[in-house]
Amino acid sequence: MKIAVCVKQVPDTAAQVVVENGQVSWGDAPLVINPWDEYAVEAALQKASDLGGSVTVISMGAENETEALKHALAMGCNEAALISDPALEDADNAAAAHALAAAIKKAEAELVFFGKQAVDTDTGMLPGQTARVLGWPAVTLVAAIQELNPDMIKVERATEEGRQVVESKLPAVVSIVKDYGEPRYPSFMGIRKAARAEIPVWSTADLGVEAPAAVVKWAALSSPPKKDIETEMIEGADAGEIAEVLADKIMAEKVL
Amino acid sequence: MTNKIWVYIDHFKGAALPASWEAVGAGLTLANDLGGGVTALVFGEGVADLGQQAFHYGADEVMLADDPTLLDYRSEPYAGLLAKLAGDSAPDVILFPTTSRGRELAGMAAVDLKSGVLVDVTALEVEGGAILATRPIYAGKLFAKVGCSAKPELITLRGRAFAKPEPDETRSGTLTEVEAVLSEDEIAVKVLDYVQADGGVSLTDAAVIVSGGRGVSNNPNLEPPGDLDEDGQEIWRAQEGFKLVGELAKVLGAAVGASRAAVDAGYIPYANQVGQTGKVVGPDVYIACGISGAIQHLAGMRTSKMIVAINKDPDAPIFKLARFGVVGDLHEIVPALTAALGEKLGK
Repeated sequence: MKIAVCVKQVPDTAAQVVVENGQVSWGDAPLVINPWDEYAVEAALQKASDLGGSVTVISMGAENETEALKHALAMGCNEAALISDPALEDADNAAAAHALAAAIKKAEAELVFFGKQAVDTDTGMLPGQTARVLGWPAVTLVAAIQELNPDMIKVERATEEGRQVVESKLPAVVSIVKDYGEPRYPSFMGIRKAARAEIPVWSTADLGVEAPAAVVKWAALSSPPKKDIETEMIEGADAGEIAEVLADKIMAEKVL
Repeated sequence: MTNKIWVYIDHFKGAALPASWEAVGAGLTLANDLGGGVTALVFGEGVADLGQQAFHYGADEVMLADDPTLLDYRSEPYAGLLAKLAGDSAPDVILFPTTSRGRELAGMAAVDLKSGVLVDVTALEVEGGAILATRPIYAGKLFAKVGCSAKPELITLRGRAFAKPEPDETRSGTLTEVEAVLSEDEIAVKVLDYVQADGGVSLTDAAVIVSGGRGVSNNPNLEPPGDLDEDGQEIWRAQEGFKLVGELAKVLGAAVGASRAAVDAGYIPYANQVGQTGKVVGPDVYIACGISGAIQHLAGMRTSKMIVAINKDPDAPIFKLARFGVVGDLHEIVPALTAALGEKLGK
């Protein structure tokens, strides 16, 4: 079975992110694979190994944005492709979903993994939207895969209310959450292979797709308002006294 | 349907999520600026009562789809139905609560409707007839103002960011029944089983959260069972520590949260993780026990109205965000605080 996994390159979560000249700036923080996508890569590699298949990792971004792809290759993905085109520079989620759907078709994948969402824009739209463009079912927020064969997948989904067990026909798009299990570290051999890999760049023309014009427009960025917090440290002779004073202070704020 | 503002009522087994009614409230505010009333969308099986509740919360029209294929939320029949209704009646705005279902449904319907989604919005304003939405990005490290140039604009609203209207049981309105668009054999996904979570308060709806970090495992006065290895002993200690956190949460009717460090160390399930790669929360009160305050954690809880921090390290970054801080051992302070607050709250 051919499996695809879609990943995004994002600033490290430890980055101090600020607005500079109207743009997002993360200083010299490293660019990494979106942490949630690592779980998706792990799931893709495990399932390809179980079923005897191959994994193509796909990303979208500027021509030099290959860090996430290289990380996924180093983890063990067989092939990588970068969707890059000036026409996609201002792409919104729906436009990105059209481009990714075309790339998934080009990779001839029948099962596609995504992370739950990206830690930069935090929308979580792409698994569902890409599935919708493909006309495939979306099986999102998957915590465990119970069964997978060329015709169907049976999973446990982590929802607000608990675990839901669902099965779906294939082809399908699956998004993976952290409960799936720790992603593997790239091996030394994998890192060497990834460093040498020539990653093909697919333009919209290569994909035969015309992504719809973006309708979601970004008007302005701002830093969160600075909260004027005066921290009051509570002291006392022992835990009982401290707790008593703290409890009184909390009650006095009338927030409970 | 004559109203231009629609609200999708997300529910689980017929019980609406609070954020659904908050979305009705936000819809009423928009209707003040844009004209008309609010139409609530209720999909499910045996959910007519939700339609009545939507009237009580202020909707004046309800579209009700009551069908066995809609018993559990599934994206295909729900998105297909929503896109069909919106295609027929051309609303200007559809609001959703930012639940896992609301997020997915908005996204998939947007593809059918050739429109866009403004996701996890915390504030809405109307400028010259156009809606401008504020949404946190990078887990709240920044805010973006976004708009959508196509119609209908699909907007998901973050829980607890908009006020829930007071229900009025005397209100009613026009209920229209609509048909499902897919038959069961056209739907690729089947729901087989459900394992309900253990009944704790949900983090994203919680007014009060008590969270534990790595520090919960550091109680020197505990003697772990002798048959455990080193990792097992650490986890045993941590779980004893989380019992203290849980007892405080119980007295306050609070949800239990955790730092990523505590989750990654195996102390508590991922569902409890607060932060950039966990849940982003904004309760009235957030009590951080043994959490130093990594930037990823702070991003996930910094909008809490009041933060209380208990930590052994006086230099822990969490204190910078805290209204009240205690430098001390959480294993002594937390049980004492549970007792003191329990007494004052009459519990």
